[in-house]
Amino acid sequence: MKSPATHYFHPLARSLHWSMAVLIIAMLFIGVGMVASVSPHHAWLVALHKPLGIALLGLAMLRLIVRLTHSTPPLPTDLPGWQKLAAKLSHYLLYVLMFAQPLVGWAMLSAGGYPIMLGSSLQLPPLLAQNIQSYALLRPTHTWLAYLFFATILVHAAAGLFHGLIRRDGVFTSMTGSRH
Amino acid sequence: MTDSNRTGFGNTAARLLTIGGLISAVASAFAWTAGWLDPTRLTPQRLIDQVEHNIGVHAGYRRAHAKGMCVTGYFEGNGQASAYSRASVFTAERIPVLGRFATANGNPHSTDDSVPVRSLALRFDLPDGQQWRTAMNAIAVAPFATPQTFYDQAVASRPDPATGKPDPAVMQAFFDAHPDTLPFRTWIKSFTPSSSWANGTYNGLDAFRLLNAQGNSQAVRWSMVSELPYAPLADTDKTDPDFLHRDLQRRLNQGELRFHLILTLAAASDPTNNATLAWPAERQQIDAGTLVLQQAISQDEGACRDVNYDPTILPDGIATSDDPLLGARSAVYSESFNRRTFENASASTSTRP
Repeated sequence: MKSPATHYFHPLARSLHWSMAVLIIAMLFIGVGMVASVSPHHAWLVALHKPLGIALLGLAMLRLIVRLTHSTPPLPTDLPGWQKLAAKLSHYLLYVLMFAQPLVGWAMLSAGGYPIMLGSSLQLPPLLAQNIQSYALLRPTHTWLAYLFFATILVHAAAGLFHGLIRRDGVFTSMTGSRH
Repeated sequence: MTDSNRTGFGNTAARLLTIGGLISAVASAFAWTAGWLDPTRLTPQRLIDQVEHNIGVHAGYRRAHAKGMCVTGYFEGNGQASAYSRASVFTAERIPVLGRFATANGNPHSTDDSVPVRSLALRFDLPDGQQWRTAMNAIAVAPFATPQTFYDQAVASRPDPATGKPDPAVMQAFFDAHPDTLPFRTWIKSFTPSSSWANGTYNGLDAFRLLNAQGNSQAVRWSMVSELPYAPLADTDKTDPDFLHRDLQRRLNQGELRFHLILTLAAASDPTNNATLAWPAERQQIDAGTLVLQQAISQDEGACRDVNYDPTILPDGIATSDDPLLGARSAVYSESFNRRTFENASASTSTRP
């Protein structure tokens, strides 16, 4: 049976996709929520944001390895060229953001002179030396990358639903694993 | 109907609407979480906007306690607090400290006697790379219990365009509506600031928790108490607009300044969620170690300029309590840090030839 491999993503790729989808969307909500909050939730949201970000960086590495070592189902041959190009570019962008966002967050805290605590005693080394010039650049970058990430995810989700509900061409089910 | 070719136009439209509705719902939830949909929600940004509205923007400076001086030295624990906290700061070991004395004025060009309240912020650099940051004030109790009261006070004390001062009637209405301001207002009536930063007592005000090696938790408040006796501020001290700065420099040129870290342990009945309420004077106190300050540097040159003294940055063995001011202080200090570092970076880029 060779054919299922061409219609569906590898089960490991699918589980990484859906678990990271939940975690990344949660992270984006935690991030915009915590910086806009003066409530007692602020402290534990920040405490959650940092270890979750590092966990997502680890998952992104695993996911890249899985992506590079496994074949992926081809897009339907009748898909318009611009949609194929948009699909390809948006996936590149999502991969770039999965790495860039946690790395910028880590670098930003380093440049700001903050200790990078993942728990009450677990600590990461700084990625760069304290430098508020760098911090002043990295801090807003982290915010704008978050907005870009969220917008890209919305477009990706809309496109996925378009494939699943309108075109029904097997692209959506290649990631859910269901046979219609 | 499994074949898309047979899907009717109305059905397709309904499916498109479903997709649009789902995506809009998620986008709206995001906007709501970010505080974009509710202009009345208290956020760190709005709180600092109000402060800036009242006193103006002093680019590159802290939004509060803007005028101050960096100090360096060390802290040496004595082991007496180690039964209550496993933090390595309390063991008998020398730890470098980077601190900052300041006055509680948001205007960095104010005179040193412009406000009665002063502060001492400290960063302890623990040997394992962890940090303890604390921002203490030379007042007995916090002026407000919640960030909402702080914000409402900032709104109420907006300068009246006619007089340039807050409207007394508006202030009175604010005080009447916020009884949590009463303990501080009562206390400050009989308070005379000390003659120097060096002879003050600086209180952390907020409650924290000490965690020991067994994982037991003990509610605590702390103070940094000078070895020098309190001396009241005299009118002759005020002739120099920078008298606190000059005094500190002169004292440190002559020798070290020593403070004691006093931990006050709460009883079960003491409030940890309201920093305006003092704990009874008979509570057990521990002298946990000595802070030795050796050098003062101007805040434009010194390393303290680039430190956000966020009081929730704590080493293992010290943790936050349910005090609602702590999360707010962390969020607001971060926003202040983000704004001033951005202004500093922009200024140094634009002045570059």
